[in-house]
Amino acid sequence: MNNTIYAINGPVIKLRDTKDFAMREMVYVGKKHLIGEVIGVSDKFTTIQVYENTAGLKIGEEVEGTGSPMSVTLGPGIISAIFDGIARPLTDMRKTDGVYVTEGSDIPTIDPERSFDVKVLAKTGDELSAGQIYAECRESPLIINRAMVPPTIKKCIVTYAAPDGSYKVNDTILKVDADGEEIVLTLCQKWPIRTPRPVANRITINTPLITGQRILDSIVPVAKGGTAAIPGGFGTGKTMTQHQIAKWCDADIIVYIGCGERGNEMTQVLEEFSELIDPKSGNHLTDRTVLIANTSNMPVAAREASIYTGITIAEYYRDMGYDIAIMADSTSRWAEALREISGRLEEMPAEEGYPAYLPSRLAEFYERAGNCNTLSGNRGSVTIIGAVSPAGSDFSEPVTQNTKRFVRCFMALDKPLAYARHYPAINWLTSYSEYIPEFAEFYEKNVGEDFLDVRQEICNILLEESKLMEIVKLIGSDVLPDDQKIVLETAKVVRVGFLQQNAFHKDDTYVPMSKQLLMMRVILRLYHASTDALKRGAAVSDIIGTGLFDKLMKMKYDIPNDKPEMFDDYSREIDETIGALKE
Amino acid sequence: MNIQYAGLADVNGPLVALEGVSGVAYEEIAELHLEDGTRRLGRVVQMEGDKVILQVFEGTSGLSLDNTRTVFTGKPLEIPLSTEMLGRVFNGAGKPADGLGDVFAEKFGDINGRALNPVARSYPRNYIHTGISSIDCLMTLIRGQKLPIFSGSGLSHNKLAVQIVKQARIAEENGQDFAVVFAAMGVQNDVADYFRREFEQAGASGRVVMFINLSNDPIIERILTPKCALTTAEYLAFEKNMHILVVMTDITSYAEALREFSSSKGEIPGRKGYPGYLYSDLASMYERAGVIEGSTGSVTQIPILTMPNDDITHPIPDLTAYITEGQIVFDRTLDSEGVYPGLSVLLSLSRLMKDGIGEGYTRADHSDVANQLFAAYAKVQDARSLASVIGEDELSPTDKKYMVFGTEFEQRFLKQGANENRSMEETLELAWDLLSLLPKSELDRMNAKLIEEHYRENIAG
Repeated sequence: MNNTIYAINGPVIKLRDTKDFAMREMVYVGKKHLIGEVIGVSDKFTTIQVYENTAGLKIGEEVEGTGSPMSVTLGPGIISAIFDGIARPLTDMRKTDGVYVTEGSDIPTIDPERSFDVKVLAKTGDELSAGQIYAECRESPLIINRAMVPPTIKKCIVTYAAPDGSYKVNDTILKVDADGEEIVLTLCQKWPIRTPRPVANRITINTPLITGQRILDSIVPVAKGGTAAIPGGFGTGKTMTQHQIAKWCDADIIVYIGCGERGNEMTQVLEEFSELIDPKSGNHLTDRTVLIANTSNMPVAAREASIYTGITIAEYYRDMGYDIAIMADSTSRWAEALREISGRLEEMPAEEGYPAYLPSRLAEFYERAGNCNTLSGNRGSVTIIGAVSPAGSDFSEPVTQNTKRFVRCFMALDKPLAYARHYPAINWLTSYSEYIPEFAEFYEKNVGEDFLDVRQEICNILLEESKLMEIVKLIGSDVLPDDQKIVLETAKVVRVGFLQQNAFHKDDTYVPMSKQLLMMRVILRLYHASTDALKRGAAVSDIIGTGLFDKLMKMKYDIPNDKPEMFDDYSREIDETIGALKE
Repeated sequence: MNIQYAGLADVNGPLVALEGVSGVAYEEIAELHLEDGTRRLGRVVQMEGDKVILQVFEGTSGLSLDNTRTVFTGKPLEIPLSTEMLGRVFNGAGKPADGLGDVFAEKFGDINGRALNPVARSYPRNYIHTGISSIDCLMTLIRGQKLPIFSGSGLSHNKLAVQIVKQARIAEENGQDFAVVFAAMGVQNDVADYFRREFEQAGASGRVVMFINLSNDPIIERILTPKCALTTAEYLAFEKNMHILVVMTDITSYAEALREFSSSKGEIPGRKGYPGYLYSDLASMYERAGVIEGSTGSVTQIPILTMPNDDITHPIPDLTAYITEGQIVFDRTLDSEGVYPGLSVLLSLSRLMKDGIGEGYTRADHSDVANQLFAAYAKVQDARSLASVIGEDELSPTDKKYMVFGTEFEQRFLKQGANENRSMEETLELAWDLLSLLPKSELDRMNAKLIEEHYRENIAG
């Protein structure tokens, strides 16, 4: 009766005088078997954070060790499911426990009764190494699950291979001999959530994650295997941007982590994604999505774990050779969970009460992204897109600043833009992507040789506009010289006609790269034609009076995605109308 | 089981410590019996070995180290629940405060509530008609939403809350009961009176449950007030299938009570001295709004908070807006110009409106009209700031039209009487009247067909 609770303070409990627990070990706390994790060990006290509500717990209740670190079971059945922060299936919990989340629920991550049609690839006598694929089964209409030798087994020889057929996740598929030890391999395996899964080697990033969102793809692209942060005050559209990326990006699998956010938002994702059809495959978006939900009223310690649960699931699918995109909404809530636990442990706080290890935790998380050759010999990638909710919309606060150091793409959401209902409210001047030079070859081959030049010119026009607006704010636009008036008009077309995108419009919600380039080209064509006309002596009022600027502002609605030939008509009209202007 | 512990080991602010205690559960409720025969309630907030720390709801004044006997009840804090509660007034801890005696409990509810499984939620879709143009058109309130009002001292948030309570109607009347749970935290006596009087005059008090914690009542009770109110709301909504609107005022007092309590526990403070868990704490309150599968009722919340120094980046409004589904923000300038309700349209937002308006709910053009009004009013601000530098006469013709639009929008659309109940149709037609003050080419948020259908040709000069 040594291992009993000595002290309770919120989600943190302490045991006295025990040496039975290891750091980061998963434990069961009390009669209800609440799940906890050891976060501190000293000769006097063992400190445990509990992932569930501790109300009702008593001093003297027993704590049971599991002997292994906090782990998640990985196997077929994860896709399309929704889990809480410690990977318990919420849909199954709803069936057994009712509408509220119940403490001590021990429903397994993967339904042990569900069976899959398995094709066994390994034969008796084969020599297998860590990460090698030995069986396949279809997990959802889109995803084939590949069973892999756990990375902990370096080399083994198959002594028994089951025939192809229908198996449950815990049925024996292979028996292997690893250095004289017989190990049974099933369709699933366990992995500690705080340890990155190993890969063969990392490879250079060279492909953008195509999202169909114009400002992202054309102005601040993120890489497959890269990292991006979306910081923004409340109401600027972080969640909306994340949803749009999750819906339309060309990753194979989306892991959406709702970390300390609204319950209704998770419900919305559940409902919307089960209705929406993936444009590439024609299947439902849920067939490629995994949801992790720790809403803001669920226990705070599990919020801290939810991020790790999500990334471990992502790495598991990456190892099979898929491209995964993780949406973490929001990493600020995760940082606040760290702060809360740290406060309960009475650790010395650094900036704004956050613990001093906040930057290293953020770095550890973002570094788990990457484009890799996996142990199985496939190529896979994990892209992390993290939302940041800065307190008081002040980007100088610790979470935003530290995140900025570890991501290479920064999509700054802007309050004034959101107030003017300019969505996505990504500020084109303060956002940046370090990946652009690395995509040069990709653009040349897949989009158009002039893509980078066109993009640069568009950016220059926007930059020029922001300089001119300083003057306009002081003295009005009437006094500007004619060529600058044209710049302003063009910039307006870029802002309203190109950067602004309507997520609720059937054509505008997703725009292919080819159309994005055509749109930029036609805007520049009008700009060049107009400046030429000015040089010939045409009046600026006549040029604007042609209505072409207004027409281009609406082209996103007027030209359907499948009619790129309409851009030729637009170009012709520009040449003819502007060309016909008299001096 | 009924062991009595004589005396206390320590008294500190609202907290007392007991030693030599065993068999007590975390967050359990204890009764403290004083020598003078009175009884107070306390909750276990920390335990270490045989030492237990209790927070005392009624305050610790008069407690000494040896004049109390403590009994642990073995239960978390529960309040009696019943449909009889409609029309009654309670104090912050859920005790009757209207002299009508105890409520006959149909069941007891743990006031802490539990986290809803997101899978069990239904996405809120139906709107609540308030009869206030600015809210109905631009920041539509949806059933199951949490939509706070951000105000400042001296602004008309109480008047607006009363008007919403009086006029709130569910779009499709299907005979379902609609009731209001009103929680006042740290309000002045006359404010509490104002609400009571207004509800009575409107004949609404029979469908209102009031929980009142005045500004001089104990702070621990203030922390319990919203929890009691929401427990009642959940009971009426999810077990009695009623549509419940919860109005909570003033969240700022609540957060300050929480800060006072946290600092007396000796916790490490976060921003502006508020505890690091302010976000989680507020969330555990706001997240209790919603609609759940298997019940036809709903809990909609309108928390009201006064922004200290009108600062929207202050932790209380900031964290609130990160949790709630939008916000309605008051503007001091408009208010002093006599515009009621003087709402800052650009800062206000309803996140859920996009799915609860338009065809089948309000009118097909609603969403485009709202977007266009927002965009146009944003341009009014630009025109005004330009006019303040170069003078109104020097503005371009388009900017001049925006100036006219801005004034008309504020005076005709935003401003309305405290008893004026506008229908959705009236509101949207009024919006088109105003949009028609602008040239067609400025209406860049809608398609040509819509403009064709609704634009009034003869209004724009």
